Amino acid sequence: MTTKTHETEIDIDREVPLVRITRDFDAPPEKVFRAHTDPDLVMKWLGPRSLQMRVGHFDCRTGGSYRYKHVRGTEEFGFHGSFHEVRPSELIVQTFTFDGQPDEVALERIVFTDLGDGRTRLTSTSLVDSFAARDAFVASGMEVGIREGYERLDEVLAGSD
Amino acid sequence: MGADPLSRVFAALADPTRRDMVGRLAAGDATVNELARPYNVTVQAVSKHLKVLADAGLVSRGKDGQRRPVHLEAEVFDLMTKWIERYRREAEDRYRRLDDILAAMPDATGQGESPSTSTTYQKGSSS
Repeated sequence: MTTKTHETEIDIDREVPLVRITRDFDAPPEKVFRAHTDPDLVMKWLGPRSLQMRVGHFDCRTGGSYRYKHVRGTEEFGFHGSFHEVRPSELIVQTFTFDGQPDEVALERIVFTDLGDGRTRLTSTSLVDSFAARDAFVASGMEVGIREGYERLDEVLAGSD
Repeated sequence: MGADPLSRVFAALADPTRRDMVGRLAAGDATVNELARPYNVTVQAVSKHLKVLADAGLVSRGKDGQRRPVHLEAEVFDLMTKWIERYRREAEDRYRRLDDILAAMPDATGQGESPSTSTTYQKGSSS
């Protein structure tokens, strides 16, 4: 099998505070779905490479819930949420909350579209209740280089009188 | 100025009128009066929008006497684009790991369809 690299597309919606990520995979929907629901598999890809992922529990079924941590040395970033709707090989609707901000919640919708020929399009949207929260969320995805990014922005902002 | 710089930029651009103003400024500097003209709004309303854009660092005011033309800070714009690109790369890295996992997974089409989908979770470890 040739290893094709597919482009990950990001859509930062301007009208609604959501982020949409689209990506194709060379695997059928059942497999891609299983990689999202089996915690042993989820652990291997979900967290940033620089962090270790520890799963508290991961009960991926309608009405279930999850809790996990990303750990780096003494630093811990915990997350939890509920699985609102789980439909095998089709759909996962879940909530997502950073333990550090328990009042903030994102509504995530992961759609597995069968492209045929053993391929799947994964469309993942995260909806929050304000643009500020969405943007903080976009920024938090950038584990690496966030500080550098802020410094750069500070520089640019300082330069523009 | 509680919000972080990125949020200020995004929030400033969340408003359609301000996005429109930024679009006009991309074509060249303009005075507050010139900016107010196409909209059914007062100069004061436009000034309010400009203040939000200025606080986010997206525009600055020139020192040309009374006119004080408004200038778009294209660099800040570019930076925002880079920020989104970084977010994209994070997702890309994550999905490349998923590519590897998928390639290593046995085909589940046969009889061996493992029921392990959600049996591995350990209950009771949440607080």
